[in-house]
Amino acid sequence: MSSELRDLYQEVIIDHAKHPRNFVKLEDATCTAEGFNPLCGDQLTLYVKLAEGVIEDIAFQGDGCAISKASASLMTTALKGKKQEEALALFGRVHTLLTEGPKGERNLEGVGKLAALSGISEFPLRVKCATLAWHTLRNALEGTGARISTE
Amino acid sequence: MTAVQSVTSLGLAHGQVGRNDAADFDVERVRQNFPILREKVYGKPLVYLDSAATSQKPQGVIDAMSRFLLKENANVHRGVHYLAERATEAYEGARAKAQRFLNAEHVHEIVFVRGATEGINLVAQSYGKKHVGEEDEVLITSMEHHSNIVPWQMLCEQTGARLRVAPINDDGELLLDEFERLIGPKTRLVAVTHVSNVLGTINPIRRIVELAHARGARVLVDGAQAVPHLKIDVQALGCDFYVFSGHKMYGPTGIGVLYGRSELLEEMPPYQGGGDMILSVSFEKTVYNAPPYKFEAGTPNMAGAVGLGAAIDFLTGLEHEALAAHEEDVLAYGTRMLSAVPGLRLIGTAHAKASVLSFVLDGVHPHDIGTILDREGVAIRAGHHCAQPLMRRLGVPATARASLGCYSTRRDIDALVAGLGQVRELFQ
Repeated sequence: MSSELRDLYQEVIIDHAKHPRNFVKLEDATCTAEGFNPLCGDQLTLYVKLAEGVIEDIAFQGDGCAISKASASLMTTALKGKKQEEALALFGRVHTLLTEGPKGERNLEGVGKLAALSGISEFPLRVKCATLAWHTLRNALEGTGARISTE
Repeated sequence: MTAVQSVTSLGLAHGQVGRNDAADFDVERVRQNFPILREKVYGKPLVYLDSAATSQKPQGVIDAMSRFLLKENANVHRGVHYLAERATEAYEGARAKAQRFLNAEHVHEIVFVRGATEGINLVAQSYGKKHVGEEDEVLITSMEHHSNIVPWQMLCEQTGARLRVAPINDDGELLLDEFERLIGPKTRLVAVTHVSNVLGTINPIRRIVELAHARGARVLVDGAQAVPHLKIDVQALGCDFYVFSGHKMYGPTGIGVLYGRSELLEEMPPYQGGGDMILSVSFEKTVYNAPPYKFEAGTPNMAGAVGLGAAIDFLTGLEHEALAAHEEDVLAYGTRMLSAVPGLRLIGTAHAKASVLSFVLDGVHPHDIGTILDREGVAIRAGHHCAQPLMRRLGVPATARASLGCYSTRRDIDALVAGLGQVRELFQ
């Protein structure tokens, strides 16, 4: 088997794909957004509980490939307790990692466990699978997604 | 290509087929016609199992298009010079080939379009707008490709007609009783696929046409997936319209055929306006040309039509019974081998089936299967196959699909199954 495939489907990725963390509907979410990849049919709903600019809780539900599910799962674990701006800044770093690859260690700085996504850069067609959750997050935070009330 | 009769031991990697026509089909010789099959992908031999998306092109098609562009190119139906005449002959020659290919009664029943999708849109917007009114109904099936759903939805939105959908069973077969029940006095049009791109199901078109005609409804058949595999006779089928795309039957993209019965095409309004579709134009009044030109506004895809003609020559040059037996053999072998893969479920198990192996694998999404197989040189399709309503009916978000062509072999199936072993290894 090619080393690129081993890098893509690292144990962390398979683990998060099979056992996604925070894979639940958040009843007290302050904002939600739907992410959909019409080309592949990947679909997810993201729930965020935002309090004074801090992501107090975050979860998702949906269906998709291992990459989209693992990316969403890893994202939720990385963002709990983060400020809104920190979350969007992390998206920037993740995006660079996904499109450029690790570039030695340079693009791994500050991404923590999300480094497991570094193999995706060798598979340009799969980048959109990995970014789906993040684009959905941005929609949810920027309010372009459908909002629900906390009532 | 001429029919190949020599029996060789080539191309049968896993044992010999029994005494049938498949043994008379020299697939290795057929493969020689397809230069792309000699390509390597990630250092591995290409195993192309995505012919239902688009087929590969034989040298004859590539040469015919190249020859046209090198030696015959000029605008058709216009100039009086030598090349214009040659180009017109080549273009109209392709139309005559398409007529024979479908066994249409008249050559003017063959309208060149960009593909099956445009053919369906043409019928919806021309025939449909004229004959399908408010409260009328258009009947399709739940196994249709988006291209045979959306044009009818658009028509229904425009006219206030209603779209009805005939159901299928879990094997992916049309429920004919339900279908019959749904054809009512308000049904103006029935639009149905000949062969399903997801399930491989071959629909009983003759019976469907009988049922529809008995109630005064017209029938359009989407033949995109049928033409590379089945022998088509539109007069025997009795359908009113038949559409197909060149690129799924070893021809180029951007060219396809709408067959329409002469008397229907005659009274249909034009689809698009422009050059070539007129007899005379003044600012007060334009007189439209006769079919098929009435429906071919603008300079057509001439090289594409020539390529399609060459693809028809290629397909009809293969002995049909031997080709069909070969494809059936590889399909049966694939069905058997895939069924033995642990956790794999075949989607589409119709009794009458052609050249498609859709499946899902426990715990692994089709996209991941597609990516892993790709690194082994095995090209399959993963996704909803432009049939989202069908995916919902089947209760799966997507499937992996291996689809066959005349060049497919048992060896290709073996490579697919070996690749699936790697998928299981990674996802254990």
